[in-house]
Amino acid sequence: MPSTILGKRIKRKEDPRLIQGRGHYVDDIKLDGMLHMAFARSIHAHARIKSVNVAAARSSPGVVDVITGEEIKGKLGLVPCAAGIEGLKVPDHPCLATGKVCYVGEPIAAVVATDRYLARDAADKIEVDYEPLPVVTDPEKALQAGSTVIHPELGDNVAFVARLEGGDWKAVESDSSLKVIKQRLINQRLAPASMETRGVVAHYSPGEETLTVWSSTQIPHILKTQLALMLGIDEPHCRVIAPEVGGGFGSKLNLYGEEGVACYASRKLGKPVKWIESRRENLLATVHGRDQINDVEVYVQPDGKVVGLKCWIIADLGAYHQLLTPAIPTLTALMILGCYHIKNVFVETKGVFTNKMATDAYRGAGRPEATYVIERVMDMVARELNMDAADLRMKNFPSPDEFPLDLPTGVTYDTANYQKTLKRLLKISGYSRLRKEQEKLRKQGKYLGLGLSTYVEICAMGPSSRMPAGGWEFGAVKVEPTGKVMVLSGTSPHGQGEETTFAQIAADVLGIPFDDVTVYHGDTFQVPMGIGTFGSRTTAVGGTAIHNAAMQIRKKMARIASHKLGVKPGELIFSEGKIHTRDGAKSMGFAEVAAEAIFAKQLPEGIEPGLAAHSFFEPSNYTFPFGAHLAVTEVDAETGEIKLRNYYAVDDCGRVINPMLVDGQIHGGLAQGIGQALWESHVYDENGQLMTGTLMDYAVPKAHQFPWFETETMETKTPINPLGAKGVGEAGTIGSTPAIVNAVVDALRPLGVRHLDMPLQPEKVWRILKQHATA
Amino acid sequence: MKIQTKINGHLREDEVEPRLLLVHYLRDVAGLTGTHIGCETSLCGACTVLLNGEAVKSCTLFAVQADGGEITTIEALGNHEKLHPLQEGFWEEHGLQCGFCTPGMILAAYQLLCRNPHPSREEIRKGLEGNLCRCTGYQHIVKAIEYAAQKIGSPDA
Amino acid sequence: MIPEPFEYHIPKNLEEASRLLAQFGGEGKILAGGHSLVPMMKLRLAAPKHLIDLGRLTDLKYIRESDGRIEIGALTTHFQIQSSSLLKEKCPLLPETAREIGDVQVRNKGTIGGSLAHSDPAADWPAAILALAGEIQARNVSSSRWIPASEFFVDLLTTALGGDEVLTAIRVPVAPPRSGHAYLKLHHPASGYAMVGVAAQVLLNEARHIESASVGVTGVGPKAYRATAVEEALRGKAPSRQNLEAAAAHAAEGIDVNSDLYASAEYRSHLAQVYTRRALEKALERAHGK
Repeated sequence: MPSTILGKRIKRKEDPRLIQGRGHYVDDIKLDGMLHMAFARSIHAHARIKSVNVAAARSSPGVVDVITGEEIKGKLGLVPCAAGIEGLKVPDHPCLATGKVCYVGEPIAAVVATDRYLARDAADKIEVDYEPLPVVTDPEKALQAGSTVIHPELGDNVAFVARLEGGDWKAVESDSSLKVIKQRLINQRLAPASMETRGVVAHYSPGEETLTVWSSTQIPHILKTQLALMLGIDEPHCRVIAPEVGGGFGSKLNLYGEEGVACYASRKLGKPVKWIESRRENLLATVHGRDQINDVEVYVQPDGKVVGLKCWIIADLGAYHQLLTPAIPTLTALMILGCYHIKNVFVETKGVFTNKMATDAYRGAGRPEATYVIERVMDMVARELNMDAADLRMKNFPSPDEFPLDLPTGVTYDTANYQKTLKRLLKISGYSRLRKEQEKLRKQGKYLGLGLSTYVEICAMGPSSRMPAGGWEFGAVKVEPTGKVMVLSGTSPHGQGEETTFAQIAADVLGIPFDDVTVYHGDTFQVPMGIGTFGSRTTAVGGTAIHNAAMQIRKKMARIASHKLGVKPGELIFSEGKIHTRDGAKSMGFAEVAAEAIFAKQLPEGIEPGLAAHSFFEPSNYTFPFGAHLAVTEVDAETGEIKLRNYYAVDDCGRVINPMLVDGQIHGGLAQGIGQALWESHVYDENGQLMTGTLMDYAVPKAHQFPWFETETMETKTPINPLGAKGVGEAGTIGSTPAIVNAVVDALRPLGVRHLDMPLQPEKVWRILKQHATA
Repeated sequence: MKIQTKINGHLREDEVEPRLLLVHYLRDVAGLTGTHIGCETSLCGACTVLLNGEAVKSCTLFAVQADGGEITTIEALGNHEKLHPLQEGFWEEHGLQCGFCTPGMILAAYQLLCRNPHPSREEIRKGLEGNLCRCTGYQHIVKAIEYAAQKIGSPDA
Repeated sequence: MIPEPFEYHIPKNLEEASRLLAQFGGEGKILAGGHSLVPMMKLRLAAPKHLIDLGRLTDLKYIRESDGRIEIGALTTHFQIQSSSLLKEKCPLLPETAREIGDVQVRNKGTIGGSLAHSDPAADWPAAILALAGEIQARNVSSSRWIPASEFFVDLLTTALGGDEVLTAIRVPVAPPRSGHAYLKLHHPASGYAMVGVAAQVLLNEARHIESASVGVTGVGPKAYRATAVEEALRGKAPSRQNLEAAAAHAAEGIDVNSDLYASAEYRSHLAQVYTRRALEKALERAHGK
């Protein structure tokens, strides 16, 4: 029987409170006696701290306390890094700097005051005496002998070197018929820039000895464990609540020093302490994304079949590791082959320290970098061999019956039909018509470009064996005596709409109205265990846990109902709030059976009373959603300005639970991926000063910069989970960036332009136009 | 300094420091936390409210400048029983994800529809130039506003 | 996000405002719409000890025509100018410029007087006021004067206003017949300010040649300027593409051109030329249409 609710466009449960301004984000939380915290931060990228004078701050009006790095030494643990990479160097990363600072914006001291204005005033009065040290911001310079070493105790600036190799390189390298194409590609540094900055309210109750923390986080359970460790509090005394979270995009998949200091201050002062990050702090001191240099080399047969790929990755990690900093570029290596069955691979990833803020997860986290590399390369190969970009891709796709497909990178792709999404894309975009238009315009001296990108991504993270701290997810379903259902999830959605998706999943299994299900998440006292929301895992892994818990409930209710109705459990159907036989002759209300289970008057033998179940779902593999995108761009030959004229996307994220929400995820992802290609870049100067420190400088895309996105979805289910869902949170970001760059390079092809680095700001385009015009 | 305001129809009088920003006055003094703060440079529009009927960025005004003014925040645009067509549109068309920019977006859209009841998609996008959203890619917001425009324009609205 | 403390003054009339300004000297700042000043105060890049809010001086909010001139009160908002039907008819360059400023909310609150007095090198108004050969009224306790726009913008964030003078009005001539206008701008991708903004006002003679052209440029140098070399090169010329291009080549001549993350000086000079030519083309097209 087809589901009446899965796959349906259903309005979100989250929205009524949010469209009325009645949700509660961290800064909306007010507690009696609450104090406010502000930080003094380093103005130097690399310097010894000679002294920190807090006297003026202490005597500033409203100040309750000033906390320095010296004070917390030994009392508050270090900022943790969970990445497990062999031989990884992990520098000490205190919550407040002592002795030296290694990037601009590094917290040095915290002021706690009665009001946020007074806290800011006092923080500005903290005097730090610095002795500047040589600064290194360029990771290649950081690798050179004689470079300043940021953490001298670690020897040099190399945090790790990881190699991944597969296939038979001897054979490849000795095959003289192969063409070798080389290119350096840059994945520039970006700011996640969620609209809500970070924030935390820490409330230590001295009586109960409990620490309650409201944090704008994607991982309340992990945060709880880490804070307990940092503060030396018994974990059961520690509660973390992620209230409404105003976007994260990976940047809140972390534990930050400021969170630790807020908790420390609350425990010390016995009062609630609030810290709300300003936008400047957010751009400076919330993790950044991307920042890789990729030197790539491909080996191609004359017929266009790509047989080998080598890539040397230099990943700029910044000054310290945040939670997953070094792990992110290793995902690039894992996905470097994209959706092509290339039999030989070699990737060397070097993580390098520089005097900048740490990089870490940002929407896509390592995979957009990989997709950019492989998709730019495929276009270069097509061009070199004078083949159409679509034809070349078709030639290198594995056929759908080859799945599950083992790649030489060590991953196994679950299911795919790359041909199908690409064909559909070419059709809905009118690709051949566009090529004709392009030809016509070229004759008029106009530059129209078509850019393809066919991507595959790795998500539903992930099997615990491949994750630093568990890749399962927790879900629970509880039926109340009234027949209303409560769902708990260990994920921590923050805009993805999972209160709706999860309710659809539970309602589907239990055959009850969607409105009868309420979903809770984000509170570690309410949801016993959990991992969190990241890596496009929430529906595929978290949703499956709920599905499985609901199945247990269903089984139990069927047994109870069958006992009452005198039929076999297998004969019962759950639909429209009833549990009934197929012919409807025998039936009980869902609530009636729930009451039966809970009041436990006449339970069948061997059935425990109560009606609650939970599941820890452990996926056996990642999932691999895929898709095909096409960008159409126009280039103003006089100024280099680029107009994105059309954008088409066909995405396959497996089973779609709610098509409206899937569209929303795709659109948002596209905006961020296009943003990287065209406008966004987080820039430091050579002194380590951030040049893009406000939203007046860092270009978050605006509504009028985008065309209407023409999107479609296809459904190739995954066998990895019973829902068949793969995940969609990052697909748009991963697929779109190379499509844009390919389109612009394609537009400029008549001039002989082979490559342009992102972001494709007008000046860059103008310069290359000028250079090729004079050449 | 003493100021008098009428917020969402309610008169109030408060003693405020001159440097208190209107957005902090609304959030911390009046307790209306639906108005958000997303940047420090008057760019993101999360703090948009209506002051004397016009959309303004409440982070770029001092509370004292609103003395004697009438302010409408997201909390009073509609109510549980009857949402404003824009709120309905945002719900119907999935015009929000994390919801942080949403109150400001809705009030900017309110301003747009007051001045241009039947905007084109391009005009809608232009009308949102003062509001950033990092989640939606804006397309569903455009649809939400189209929905509202149509609803407001229809006779049974 | 949080400004430093200041004392707030809300004068009831212009005399009081001017007196307060004189009294506080460098420590006092006029607050008009606040959309140039308040963001700087929030970043603590500006920290005046005294703010003199002109909010009560509602008689500085007007747009009127007299003696072939348009006069606009300093506290008139960008939106009021953008939507003024009088201006759309008599001086359409002003509404066309207004709609490119900031965003809807900024235009609702920001004022032409505040923007001109702040004199941001990438603000839009200076280009238009220069191109229109406008004048700016400055008043203190005892006197009032009109400053030609060409003398008003002195340097980066510096105007010809005296320490005790309040900017009270702007006046520009009504656009004559056979004239055309255009304001073209390349928006900074983040701030929305002008990376280059060119305001052009042209007048055709009976032979449909260029009687005069005036061009105001913003975003390019430390202050907005009139591209006089462009203007001179066009006087009496036929409005051919070739003539326009040759003239526009002088758009950034003699200017110490800005350079930033998004546009080097070289590129900005180039943009100034292209945008100047395009603005002239558009203005001429409109002049021909009349």
